[in-house]
Order: sequence, then C-alpha cells, then structure tokens
Amino acid sequence: MLVSKTRRALTAGAGAAALLSAATASADYKLNLTRGVTPISQGAYDMHMLILWVCVAIGVVVFGTMFISIIRHRKSKGAKPAQFHESTAVEIVWTIVPFVILVSMAIPATRALVAMEDTSNSDISIKVTGYQWKWGYDYMDEGVSFISTLATPKEQIYNQQDKGEHYLLEVDNPIVVPVKKKVRLLITSNDVIHAWWVPKLGMKKDAIPGFINEMWFRIDREGTYRGQCAELCGKDHGFMPIVVEAKNEADYRQWIADQKGAKAADAAAADRDWSMAELMERGEKKYAANCAACHQASGEGIPGTFPALKGSAIATGPVAQHLDRVMNGKAGTAMAAFAGQLSDVDLAAIVTYERNAWGNNTGDLVQPSEVKAAR
Amino acid sequence: MSTATTHDAHHEEHPSGLARWIFTTNHKDIGTLYLLFALLMFIVGGAMAMIIRAELFEPGLQFVEPQFFNSMTTMHALVMIFGAVMPAFVGLANWLIPMMIGAPDMALPRMNNWSFWILPFAFAILISTLFMDGGAPAGGWTMYPPLVLQTGNAFPFLIFAVHLMGISSIMGAINVIVTIINMRAPGMTMMKMPLFVWTWLITAYLLIATMPVLAGSVTMLLTDRFFDTSFFDAAGGGDPVMFQHIFWFFGHPEVYILILPAFGIVSQIIPTFARKPLFGYSSMVYATASIAFLSFIVWAHHMFTVGMPLTGELFFMYATMLIAVPTGVKVFNWVSTMWKGSMTFETPMLFAVGFVVMFTIGGFSGLMLAIAPVDFQYHDTYFVVAHFHYVLVTGAVFAIMGATYYWLPKWTGHMYSEKLGKLHFWLSTISVNVLFFPQHFLGLAGMPRRIPDYSPQFTEFNQLSSIGGFAFGLTQLLFVYIVIQTIRGGEKASEQVWEGAHGLEWTLPSPPPYHSFSTAPEIK
Ligand code: HEC
Ligand SMILES: [Cu+2]
Repeated sequence: MLVSKTRRALTAGAGAAALLSAATASADYKLNLTRGVTPISQGAYDMHMLILWVCVAIGVVVFGTMFISIIRHRKSKGAKPAQFHESTAVEIVWTIVPFVILVSMAIPATRALVAMEDTSNSDISIKVTGYQWKWGYDYMDEGVSFISTLATPKEQIYNQQDKGEHYLLEVDNPIVVPVKKKVRLLITSNDVIHAWWVPKLGMKKDAIPGFINEMWFRIDREGTYRGQCAELCGKDHGFMPIVVEAKNEADYRQWIADQKGAKAADAAAADRDWSMAELMERGEKKYAANCAACHQASGEGIPGTFPALKGSAIATGPVAQHLDRVMNGKAGTAMAAFAGQLSDVDLAAIVTYERNAWGNNTGDLVQPSEVKAAR
Repeated sequence: MSTATTHDAHHEEHPSGLARWIFTTNHKDIGTLYLLFALLMFIVGGAMAMIIRAELFEPGLQFVEPQFFNSMTTMHALVMIFGAVMPAFVGLANWLIPMMIGAPDMALPRMNNWSFWILPFAFAILISTLFMDGGAPAGGWTMYPPLVLQTGNAFPFLIFAVHLMGISSIMGAINVIVTIINMRAPGMTMMKMPLFVWTWLITAYLLIATMPVLAGSVTMLLTDRFFDTSFFDAAGGGDPVMFQHIFWFFGHPEVYILILPAFGIVSQIIPTFARKPLFGYSSMVYATASIAFLSFIVWAHHMFTVGMPLTGELFFMYATMLIAVPTGVKVFNWVSTMWKGSMTFETPMLFAVGFVVMFTIGGFSGLMLAIAPVDFQYHDTYFVVAHFHYVLVTGAVFAIMGATYYWLPKWTGHMYSEKLGKLHFWLSTISVNVLFFPQHFLGLAGMPRRIPDYSPQFTEFNQLSSIGGFAFGLTQLLFVYIVIQTIRGGEKASEQVWEGAHGLEWTLPSPPPYHSFSTAPEIK
C-alpha cells in the first residue's frame, strides 16, 4: 500500500513517472502484466514492456518540455510572450518521427501476432463451450467431456464465511492438459458470447454461439493456472472461472483413463432403476449446480427474468413436456438445451427433483431410462 | 437565470417563466438548457458510479445483486455518454458558435428547440426502465446480442430511447453545420474560424455519418427480438459478430465525437493564458480532419478477440497505430503554444493543462491497446476501463469544466470565485488519479471489467480506486455550488474577461445581448 501511495503521488505530477515505477516492479504480478508460462504470454509480455518504455520515453520528453515551460514561461516571472506560431519544418519533423517509431513497433508486433494465430500442427484439440455460467470441455480425440463450474460456496460470496485462498477462481472440474504439448482450443458458445481467458497462457478468445474460434498454447511448466470469463455474459459473468492444470505426460494419461472409467460407470448407472430418495438427493445437488443460478434454490425464479418452477404449469404438468423443455430448452430465451450437457441420470434426477420439491408434490418419478429413450 | 440574458430593445418581447424555456428558439437559452441537462445527467450517472465503486470496495457481494450491478454499469455508460458529455458539447456549441462566427443565432432555431426537448423524454424513458419487470438493461452499453436480447421488458424502451437520442444528435449536428456554413460574418473565412468551431464542424459530420448506423443496428436488434428476423442469430443464418462490426462502425467515430470538441476547447484556452497565438493553426485543422477520417477505419480494434482473420487484425492494428500521429501533432502544438508564452494559471488554464497531461496518458494506454498481440491480454480488463476514463473523464469532462470556467463570466456577466475554482481543480485532479490510475494495475494483474465481485488479490487497488471515486464524486458538488454561485452574482466581468482572450465572443458585452450579432461584425 505504501508503495502504491508514493506511486500515486507521482501520478498527480507526471503520469509517465508512475508508469515507469510500475514497470520496474515487473516481477510483481500484482502490478504488471504476467510473463506467464507459454511462448505466447512471453511474447505478449515482451511487446507490452517495449511499448510501455516507448510511451514512458515520449512522455518524459513531452511532459518535460511542458513543465520546463510552465516553470519558466510565467507572467509572474516577467516572461514576455513570443509571437511565433508556425513552422512547417517543425510540423513535418513531428509527423515523421512518431511515424518511424510506430513502424518500428509494428514490426515486432506483426511477428508476435503471426505466431499467435498459427494453430497448425497441434498435438491435442479440446472443444471449449461457454454456457451461462459455466464452461464445457470436450477432449475430441479421447471422448472425454465434462462441465466445469464455480466451486466457491455461496456463503463465501455473501460474506457469511471467510473467503478461501482461491476465492472465485476455483472450479469443480478443472481442465487438465499435458505440458510441452501444443494444445489447440476450439471455442464456441451455447447461448451468449463469453471469452476464455487465462492470463498466464497469454491470450483470450471470444466464445460465440454458432461459430468456432481457435487458439493455442504450449505450457512449459507444470502447475495450476487460473482465469475467468472475460466477456460480459449476464448475471453471473463474474462467477465462471477457468482452472487449467498442466501435468506431465504420464499423469495426464492417468487422468484421461480415470475420466473414461467414470464415464463408463455413469452409463451403467443409467440402465438400472433409481429410487425416489436417490433421485431427489442427486437432483437437489445437480439442480443447485445447473439451474439455481436462474431459477433460484427456492424454485421461485426472478420475476420478469427467470420464471418460477415452484407451481409452474410445466413443472407440474405432463412429464414429457417438462423433460422436453429441460433437454431441448427454449430457443431465443436464456433457457438452454441441457441434453448435451447433462447425463441421463442427472437429467432424470433434476426433473424428478423439480416435480417434487417446493410443494410441487406431483409424486412423479423419472427414470434415467426414460431420458435415454427421449434423446 | 434571468441574469444570463438581457432584453434587447430592438427585438420583440419573448415569453418569460416556464414558457420561455419550453418555447425558446434562442441559441443562448437552448445552450443553457443543454448545459443544465448535462449537469443533471452527470450527477445521475455519477450516482450510479458511486454504487459501482461501493460494491467493488471489497470482495464479496455487499450492497447489490449481480444483475443490478450490471444494470448500473450499463446505465452509467449510457447516461454519461449520451446524457452528460454529448449534450454538454451541444450546449457549448449553441452558446458559442454564433458568437464566435459573428451570427445572430443558430440557423435553424425551431429545430434547435426540438432537438433539445427530445432529450428529457429519451432519458425519462431510459431511466424508467430501472423500475420495470426484469430490471434495467444490463447487457452493457454496447448492447451485444445475444445477451441484450435477454433484457426483460426494458428492451424495447432501451431501443426507443437510443433512437430518440440519435434523432436529437442528428438534428443538433445539422444545425451546427448549416450555421457554420451559412452564417459566418463577412470576412470570417473557413481558415479564420476559431478551432472550437472547426472541431465542432468536423464532429457534426461524424454525427451525421454514424448516428444512423447506430439506429440501424439497434433496429435490427428490435426485429430480431420481436419480428422473427435473425440478423444476429447464427441459427437463422445470421452472425452475432456482425452486430459488433456495425456497432463499432458507429462506436469508434463516437469516441472522437466525445473528444474533438474538447480539442477545440483546449485550443481556445491555452493561447489565451499563454498570451500567444495557437501554434500551428492549420496543422491543427488538418490533424482534426485526419483523426476524423481515420476514426472510420479502425473500428475492429474494439474486437480483436472475436476471431478475425490475421490480415484483418493486422489492418486494424496498423490503422489504429496511425491515429497516434495526428493526435501527437495536436499535443506537440499545445506544448509549443505554451513554450515562451507569458503564462498565468487561472482555473480554465489549469483544466486545460490537466487535460493535456492526462489525456496524453490515456493516449499512451490507447497506443498500447492498439497492439493486437498484447490487446489479447488487455482486452475487457480494467486496463481498458482505466484507458477510456482517462480520455473521457480527464479528457472530455475536464475540457467541459475548463470551458465552463472560461466562458461562464461571459455567459453570466459575473466572475466565478477563483479560489474555489482552483480548489475544485486540485481536488478533482488528485482524486481522479487515485480513482483511475490503480485501475491500470488491476487490469494488468488480470481483473476483468464488468464484474461485481473479484478475487481478493485485487482488493487493495480496488479500495484505493473506490476512495478516489467517492472523493471525486463529492468534489463535483463543489463544482455545482460554484456554478450556481456565479449565476446568482459576483464580481462584474468585463467584455474581454481574460487579458489574453481573442475572438468575436469577447467583443460582446458580458452577458451578451439576447441576439448575439444583429449586425455582422467586421473581421480584420
Ligand atoms: C441462464 C438461465 C437459466 C438456467 C441456468 C436455467 N434456466 Fe430454465 N428457464 C430460463 C428461462 C429464461 C426460462 C423461460 C423461457 C420462456 O420464455 O419460456 C426457463 C424456463 C424453464 C422451464 C419452464 C418453466 C415454465 O413454467 O415455463 C423449466 C421447466 C426450466 N426452465 C428448467 C430448468 C432446469 C431443469 C434447469 C437446469 C438444468 C434450468 N432451467 C436452467 C432460464 C434458465
Ligand atoms: Cu461468460
């Protein structure tokens, strides 16, 4: 804090000086852009420092001249005004000199940009889908896919509990990638525009419904890297973080194998009959993770924006219609199609839960097999 | 307020009381209305900013829910841009252009009245959305689909309000152009016009070229939502990114609409207090024109992350960097005007010098943002928030405040309190830097914009920024007080007001007669 106060004092006088002192503290991630852990982020950092220093240098010259003038050429010091007001030569010089500086910055910038946009020869492709408000990951070559949502409890957000170390930057299912491999992301969205950004990986790209964007990274060091959605995407835009775990090749392989095992177990579970108690228990959890952001934990929704499910015509009407709304969503509204995001068991559990919670006592029990049949 | 004008014996009586303001076709009355309206919106938009900074004082949700927070950021921007800064410039144009070019009034007085009186209705509609089912618009002032299409009942009201603002701006712009082209006193050639007139002429053309584009884009949103079109919906063959292209084709010239008149103001103030003619008058005019031209071919630098082809990214990066050249010329010219002058630092000059320094800092961060490979890191973070508040608050708003101090004695016939004016400047300058400078660090450290809650690593700088914000907000009450005090009385102002002032407006009495120049003045 003290450091920043002195910095601030400088700002009032000369902003350039403040920028400069920020730059010297470059090791401190809190003040300056991160160097990150990929060639791209390193390139971005180098460009950033270059242009920052160029700006500081120009600032020193321009503001320096101005402050000399402000100190010397005052009426109170008896300064008599000169009457010059034109010089074509000077005008030409200060048009050309900045132009040359700009060209010299454009050259490395072009080089960096070309490297960043080259997504060819990747080792792994992962499809990233933005949802309001969570991320879906799909390892296209492995058949592994999952949804990743905020893991910070509501109590921490509403200040009823102390905030954890990774407050708002923690998820239930992080995305895992191997180090030293070129990972290509294929980024899209299911509803509104989001943007996938992890500062230490050096780049962000928009997730746009109906279109696929590409970006790549190659992480040098094992570790956990955190980021957030960077494009305003509605109510919980601030609550859809990204966590990337970079592991060595062996650990990564092991993780993939675990994911496949879990998926097989889930598929098997869909084939048996579930009891009401089991479905309600699972349904409550899955509802909280996937639906409560809009329809609220109380099922009462937010009037005017998100309808109540408590006592709603659909949640207490025919099962088929209810299931259809949840699986296929409603086009043109915030109600997304969940068929692709959730497993048969989860969908069955959620629908059962909605039909029996908050006094919607329909008594209906929806089995995973029914969901499977409806797909 | 009646002191602001005096009756002119040679002219017909005009109504007094409320009717005077409703039916007025007088450029000074309308200018005053615009300026007071802008001040009111500045307070409304400022109050919203206070809510934002209060919520961001600490991590966690304390005061407002995320949806309402998003409404605040959205409405703050719309109110400040369309309600405060633009009307303030139109108000200044109304007051000053006829006096500066030696005309009796604006060329199209009835349209002038209408273009003002649309605004209170537009903003009443916009602000009423706060009380509607589903809340006020919360998709950002940029109104990107598909998110904006999720707005509740407020949606059509948002679109209609934007249409009204656009109509008002276009009419104001037509009036400025017609006045400048047709009403100049004999001998007032184009290249003799004060720079404020020049920058407004160019701004007016930008308005006419871009406001219809905004109107078109929001109309497409309207038909997408209500009439089953799919301009911006991929499922129907449309493209949400097309909206962004159209929007920023308006939006980028718009940011120059918000700054070119400020360039004009500063170019009037600095020579007066340096007691030396503006350096490089003609290069200033050409630089303004080049900036205006370039502003039409750089729009996609707001959207480097949407996934444009590499060649597109390169084009928009180069074109954007190019804007630094004419902008640099302007800054160099201002510094050269000061050089070897005989300077005094009354309040308007303080604001002008503050403008040059802090606008240039905003220009530096702008240049940094232009570099696409790093913009991928800066984009949509607090670095961008810091950047545009440096150019808009310490840029445009500081220029408007400087202009107020500079011309207020002319308008009212009274001198403002120099002591309070200086106090206002210094408190504003210190607090505004405490408010916005730390936001650079927040952005670089990775804090996205438009979030109601954040990771605790960002706490210190957010607190600093909020403290600066509250101080800046409070300081502006001092400004309101000074303006009211000056309107109501004070030391008599002379015709020329400032020792070094040149230009036709300073040849009129203070306050000037109801119709500025009934007979055209002679221009030497
Ligand atoms: C992004 C916000 C959002 C999320 C998350 C969401 N919904 Fe919805 N939901 C909506 C909206 C908006 C509607 C109203 C659509 C319309 O206009 O009919 C809706 C409607 C519904 C309806 C019909 C209600 C009625 O009576 O019309 C059901 C049932 C429903 N949602 C279930 C779910 C389930 C189950 C989940 C979680 C798997 C879920 N929703 C998640 C926004 C959401
Ligand atoms: Cu998002």
